[in-house]
Amino acid sequence: MSDSLYERIGGADAVDAAVDLFYRKVLTDPDVNDFFDTTDMDDQRAKQKSFLTMAFGGPHDYTGKDLRTAHEKLVADGLNDSHFDKVAGHLQATLEELGVDADAIGEVMAIAGSTRDDVLNR
Amino acid sequence: MAHISFAGAKYSLGPEESVLECLERAEYEIPFSCRNGVCLTCMMRVREGEPPRASQKDLREGQRQQGYFLPCVCHPEDDLDIESPSDAELYGRGVVTDVTQLSANICRLRLKAATPLFYHAGQFINLRRGDGLVRSYSLASVPRLEDTLELHIKRLGRGRMSNWIHDDLKVGEALDIQGPNGDCYYIGDQPERPLLLIGNGSGLAPLFGIARDALAAGHMGQIYLYHGSRMADGLYYMDEMRSLAQENDNFHYVPCLSGEDAAVREAAGARDGRAEAVALADHTGLADWRVYLCGYPPMVKSAKKLAFLAGAALADILADSFELQDLRREPRE
Repeated sequence: MSDSLYERIGGADAVDAAVDLFYRKVLTDPDVNDFFDTTDMDDQRAKQKSFLTMAFGGPHDYTGKDLRTAHEKLVADGLNDSHFDKVAGHLQATLEELGVDADAIGEVMAIAGSTRDDVLNR
Repeated sequence: MAHISFAGAKYSLGPEESVLECLERAEYEIPFSCRNGVCLTCMMRVREGEPPRASQKDLREGQRQQGYFLPCVCHPEDDLDIESPSDAELYGRGVVTDVTQLSANICRLRLKAATPLFYHAGQFINLRRGDGLVRSYSLASVPRLEDTLELHIKRLGRGRMSNWIHDDLKVGEALDIQGPNGDCYYIGDQPERPLLLIGNGSGLAPLFGIARDALAAGHMGQIYLYHGSRMADGLYYMDEMRSLAQENDNFHYVPCLSGEDAAVREAAGARDGRAEAVALADHTGLADWRVYLCGYPPMVKSAKKLAFLAGAALADILADSFELQDLRREPRE
């Protein structure tokens, strides 16, 4: 298995396929959709896209500090572990829907999980 | 902190300040309209330095390469040396060939461009009056069907340009025109896709163009056009829309009224409610559809979310949001 996770999942095309599915799931979930801004949906979609690229092991320039700053206000508004788990669940469901194999899903979920403390500003 | 060099002087950019705001603080009068990166009225060019990508997002590739950028959404981290593009580069002349009242407060303006404009129906152009006032209007005309540019001008309470066009502009007079701009137009790549067109007020202008462009191109998928207004006198071009529907089996016209009683609605043959609400109730599964939203920003914003949640891909939702400069900056009469 020499290919990177990003290549195995399908690279940028997979991100494009996943981003609308994933964003639609979080926007229709009343437990978390208050945290997702819909004043500029195109801008929000671009953010989801860079997040997915990172979670898929792709090229990104995210740092722990960026994640902290980006979520600071949301944490002040009550963002907690239960919301993180919900969104992670939507990510997993998106990947399953796209037919990504279980091993790759496990790797993506591990990367996403590794951001928990930064996202929740701990 | 970044510095802006302009007209032989250097200015420090304040925190959060856009390049446009910085130049205004220095008392330059840069023409602008939307202040939101949409209308392209304030477009400038860099002589040295790299404009942030966000300030070039909606420009054409050729313009980007030439260093054009939008100062209203430009927050550079590094120094920029900038200039105003010379008018000759951007503006052409258009002669008025027709001004006709279409409804109580919307008139049709037709212009003949001195040099042919290559555009798609649904894009917009900027009109500039002799005193420098600039406003954006969307194109209802279709290049392959007619050789004049057609715009629908809604009269706004204190709208300086719209009142002038309605009351004073005469056939034979000339205006400066710049464009085309915007990406809300018919894309003929997949002629079998269903299209959903939703607009209110003079948002019918781009949709009228897009629908006729699609039909003239031989579009085979169903095309639904929902035009909304609060009162019945805001619906216009109803005969044109209905004959278009008669001539084309795959074109459907649905006028909507949100502020009239049943008798008035029935007389007009209109449905009850706002255009986006009626449209999204009729069409609940929008996967594979292409959606066009034109008109007042709150409608465009809410319809965009509804269409997305109904399954349309965000990349397939094209919007022309009318940012009303005069109404935002001055109280309504």
